[in-house]
Amino acid sequence: MPCERPSTDSASVRPNRPEALSGPASRRVFLAATSAVGGVLAAGPAAAEAAPLNMEWAASAPEPSTCVTLTVNGERHTLTMDNRTSLLDLLREHLGLTGAKKGCDAGACGACTVLVDGRRVVSCLMLAVRLEGAEITTVEGLERGGRLHPLQQAFIDQDAFQCGFCTPGQIMSALGCVQEAHTGCAEEIREWMSGNLCRCGCYPNIVRAVEQAARGW
Amino acid sequence: MHSFVYTRASGLRQALDAARRGGRYLAGGTTLVDLMRETVERPAVLVDIAGLPLRDVTLTADGTLRIGALARMAEAAAHPGIRAAHPVVCEALELSASPQLRTVATIGGNLMQRTRCPYFRDVTAACNKREPGSGCPAREGVHRTHAILGTSRQCVATHPSDLAVALAALDADVRVLGPGGERAVPLTAFLLPPGDTPHREHALGPGELITAVDIPPHPRPLRSGYLKVRDRRSLEFALTSAAVALHIRGGVIREAKLAAGGVGTVPWRLPAVERRLIGERPSNRLWSQAAARAADGARPLPGNRFKTELLKRTVERQLRVVGGGR
Repeated sequence: MPCERPSTDSASVRPNRPEALSGPASRRVFLAATSAVGGVLAAGPAAAEAAPLNMEWAASAPEPSTCVTLTVNGERHTLTMDNRTSLLDLLREHLGLTGAKKGCDAGACGACTVLVDGRRVVSCLMLAVRLEGAEITTVEGLERGGRLHPLQQAFIDQDAFQCGFCTPGQIMSALGCVQEAHTGCAEEIREWMSGNLCRCGCYPNIVRAVEQAARGW
Repeated sequence: MHSFVYTRASGLRQALDAARRGGRYLAGGTTLVDLMRETVERPAVLVDIAGLPLRDVTLTADGTLRIGALARMAEAAAHPGIRAAHPVVCEALELSASPQLRTVATIGGNLMQRTRCPYFRDVTAACNKREPGSGCPAREGVHRTHAILGTSRQCVATHPSDLAVALAALDADVRVLGPGGERAVPLTAFLLPPGDTPHREHALGPGELITAVDIPPHPRPLRSGYLKVRDRRSLEFALTSAAVALHIRGGVIREAKLAAGGVGTVPWRLPAVERRLIGERPSNRLWSQAAARAADGARPLPGNRFKTELLKRTVERQLRVVGGGR
């Protein structure tokens, strides 16, 4: 597959699942579209800019961008990206997947949690150039044929959010928590979900949602 | 974040070669990428070593437990061999960071993580560790979480690792590979107290790579455990911590190995506490008497004076947990 820049990759500005959206004027379409365009505008000059490298070895190297092929929610993407791009920015700004949220951008809040090769990671601290051949799962990739994933349903059933900003990260982290079998009791769930902060304080209901999903696993 | 060239090392030789030419090793990246974003770290070239074959946990012929430098923290914490022999290591790992970070962060990288001192992480502030000679605002400023042991006029920042505290208690060595071959450095000599050169934090030479951590064989049974005291229950660095390992036979403590975290500029062994314990019979009275020596030599600042007493109580409690209450 030829390696394309995000700015020329029309697939990257397309909302991932338009059929799941309520209409063309929905907030999600608007945000996804503008963030993707914003990403292109921001990524274009940055990717083209030659870095001031003072090392002889580095000076002979190509400009600091890399071509990477990775799979996101079952869909293969080949992109050339500025080496500084985090997985979180790749998802949000280049692929239009705005489920993973940028909370702290420092690995301390968990709002950007996704699965990489089946394991939960904070995508803000993961450089996307490292992910050659990796399989990424985001919250957008959980539903099957219009049916919510049991964890998504559990978060609704247990009223496990207020503002919802941390929820995609909570759900992806909960998926890791359940798959790792750290759901023996509420206390264990609290500890193994402690990488995800909720400023609304919905922790009791989040724990109940994870318990509910774990029971049906 | 400043621009950088990214390369992936396909083998050890290639990694060493790239580092010799000025490349910076990238393992899990959970510290390095964070600090690059803050422009505290500005490497021109990253050498990705995460795929190198340094991930295994093995038992050598002489009974040394060897943990590969690129074993992820989560893998090491869940390893049945480590858990059976040295629960203190697994407890320290599982009380560190968050599950998402432990999935990615490595054993070698954990030792190489940089201090959480807010002045170090703020490029607009002075910091002798980041910019030698620029000064240390922590002494006069916010230093509640800073060190009370091993400090210097230049720096009072703690080493943030929990794992390193457990490994220091267990007399672990850091195995290091460089252009001249492989060598073993005791962990307590690998991490350097600040002195007049707080920017020098470890004993690695240019281009050298950590390949493994070795825990030597200890007399059995060795009971061990880790206690971490912090401002919140999880996802927080230690105010104080204690790694305790005891070999008790015939009702007498034959060996005692203790180290403290959150209080030192490096993981802090507690020889005075160990000497008080060896040859004695476990009792609550003994734990209390021994722990009273835990803060020997402490030089607290006004804002972290509480750590002196907190450290003694942390050590006493963990002695009771590991050694039993009587």
